[in-house]
Amino acid sequence: MAKNITNKTLIDLHSCMVRIRRFEEEAGKLMEDGKIPGALHLYVGQEAVAAGVMAHLSNKDQITSTHRGHGHVIAKGGQFAPMFAELYGKSTGYCKGKGGSMHISNMALGILGANGIVGGGPPIAMGAAFSNKFRKTKQVAVTFFGDGASNEGSFHEAANMAALYQLPCVFVCENNGFGEYTRQTNHQAVTDVADRAAGYGMPGVVVDGMDVMAVYEAAEAAIKRARAGDGPTLLECKTYRYYDHVGVRGMGLTYRTDEEVDAWKQRDAINSFETLLVKQGVLTAKKIENVYARANDEIKEGVAFAESSPFPTAEDLLEDVYFVGAGS
Amino acid sequence: MSEALKDGPRMLPYVSAITEGVRQVLEEQDNAFVAGEDVGQAGSVFGYYQGLLAEFGDRRIVDTPISEKGIIGLGVGAAATGCRPIIDIMFMDFLGECMDEVANQMAKMRFMFGGGATLPVTVLTMAGAGMNLAAQHSQSWEAFLAHLPGVKVLMPSNAYDAKGMIIAAARDDNPVFVVMNKMSLAMQAEVPAEMYEVPIGKAAVVREGSAFSIFAMGRMVHEALAAAKTLESLGVDCEVVDVRSIQPFDSETAVASIKKTHRALVVHEAVRFGGFGGEIVAQLQEEAFDYLDAPIARVGAPFSPVPYSPALEKLYIPNAERIVAEVKKVLGI
Ligand SMILES: Cc1ncc(C[n+]2csc(CCOP(=O)(O)OP(=O)(O)O)c2C)c(N)n1
Ligand SMILES: [Mg+2]
Repeated sequence: MAKNITNKTLIDLHSCMVRIRRFEEEAGKLMEDGKIPGALHLYVGQEAVAAGVMAHLSNKDQITSTHRGHGHVIAKGGQFAPMFAELYGKSTGYCKGKGGSMHISNMALGILGANGIVGGGPPIAMGAAFSNKFRKTKQVAVTFFGDGASNEGSFHEAANMAALYQLPCVFVCENNGFGEYTRQTNHQAVTDVADRAAGYGMPGVVVDGMDVMAVYEAAEAAIKRARAGDGPTLLECKTYRYYDHVGVRGMGLTYRTDEEVDAWKQRDAINSFETLLVKQGVLTAKKIENVYARANDEIKEGVAFAESSPFPTAEDLLEDVYFVGAGS
Repeated sequence: MSEALKDGPRMLPYVSAITEGVRQVLEEQDNAFVAGEDVGQAGSVFGYYQGLLAEFGDRRIVDTPISEKGIIGLGVGAAATGCRPIIDIMFMDFLGECMDEVANQMAKMRFMFGGGATLPVTVLTMAGAGMNLAAQHSQSWEAFLAHLPGVKVLMPSNAYDAKGMIIAAARDDNPVFVVMNKMSLAMQAEVPAEMYEVPIGKAAVVREGSAFSIFAMGRMVHEALAAAKTLESLGVDCEVVDVRSIQPFDSETAVASIKKTHRALVVHEAVRFGGFGGEIVAQLQEEAFDYLDAPIARVGAPFSPVPYSPALEKLYIPNAERIVAEVKKVLGI
């Protein structure tokens, strides 16, 4: 483990992962109980990636997220109440109920949106990074995308341009082994998406996405490099989603074995980090329990807030289509 | 009443009618294959290719990467060189990823080449709102496609048409889009077991009437039929025309209906502004102005992206109630 890392950072990384895990478990239940409409793509299993990367970003830094976006939003500072409200389609949600899970966003937190379009994020992050360089700020834009998304032209164009213009952009590929129900070996001929970095002229790094410290350290290097003006990095995190592509049980298709899922769960990022932190005396069983208890309280409050919030009304339908007011 | 809406002995849901149509095309045409995201092992996220991989193997049921530009390009290139591809674009919204391949390549290639290339490619795609899937998974973009000289566009409102249109599309030597509706997948209709075509370019009068014509597209046909029922109780005898073929558009059937009823409304799920309904209205005023006793009304979605919230989506999607209200407005009742 890195020497210069403080106990506070370790504790924050842990609680970030726990908050994501608990939020997602609850959201999954609420979807399956029919309380949350639409489609939720849940992040359970991949928590170390969002936590490890976002630890190096401030609210000023930007991210683009994916259809599997709740974890990114939480790690970037998202609060449970407006998140649950958004999933419920309520007017108090982060997007006033207009976007839902696949479009959850908050500009104040630097979240340029989850995205319903696979590969929608990378060009937007590249554009934000261009803006950061253009405006001479020290902001960094990070784009999260899946192994499946790495086959979209949009990713390739964004990567080439980010490298060409030496933009403060970090490409984080969350390789969870599947695009929907298609295994990586059936959708691309490379094993490491990071290999593609060489083709754009940027470094490509592979890390164990189930090891939050490994993600943390690799992300630190990539984000520092971007912030220093030295250009983009493609950081591939090997990870796994425990739930189905959509929801918890999903459509019940057989495309992977229980043994495979269990094998990944054996390497669960949260469990192994807890073991490590207890061994190092950073956390105790009691303190860990408190982290879960706090997350559970946050969930209770968040769900209550969502359930008691009003739905948007007819007037809201035509609002926000255009900016209305004086231009500058 | 058309074949499709009659009770009959062999009822199939829309989803199975799609499967059957595709299966029969694959049996009939050796050079036909299906390519798209999760069409093989998964049998499509909507389930309509279930079983086809086992039946036809992975030479003919091809799982692709998430690469819509590549997928449509594959269809264009393969069609130009002797195959008859059936290309699957899971959600119509994803056409955004490959609009160049559709609009600048597929649609124009034959013309630009002076008739030198023939593109017998079928694209199956899913449109429509109603499942709280928000702005990028709920759209109806048929007007975009209909605006492109060189492609044909069909919208099956029921299981019978779904199968017959897929077969007609696959046998056609042009690019044909079959724009299906995700809310209709469980909807049953009588579907004959044998192969048949629903003719491209032919609308269907699905309810005869004398006082008012409702021209409806896709799932809105069922809303129009429900509206007609309500209006019947108010003494308004409505004719409902399922437009079915957007490009080419069957103005003959539309004009014949107007000559009978003298009043009309068009309804589609797509945004009203710039929607295909406007084209229908324009053609009717050009061809049947003297037969019109009132301005033609239009019902469509409001000018906003499809909202996520169930509360807003309900207000957003056109329905029978809104059709009834608009018809009453025209009639002043
Ligand atoms: C342009 C586009 N094509 C297809 C889809 C349908 N779709 C949604 S998620 C998904 C799989 C994405 O895989 P990956 O990028 O690996 O992300 P993961 O779901 O594994 O997190 C697909 C094909 C989409 N939303 N957008
Ligand atoms: Mg994936």
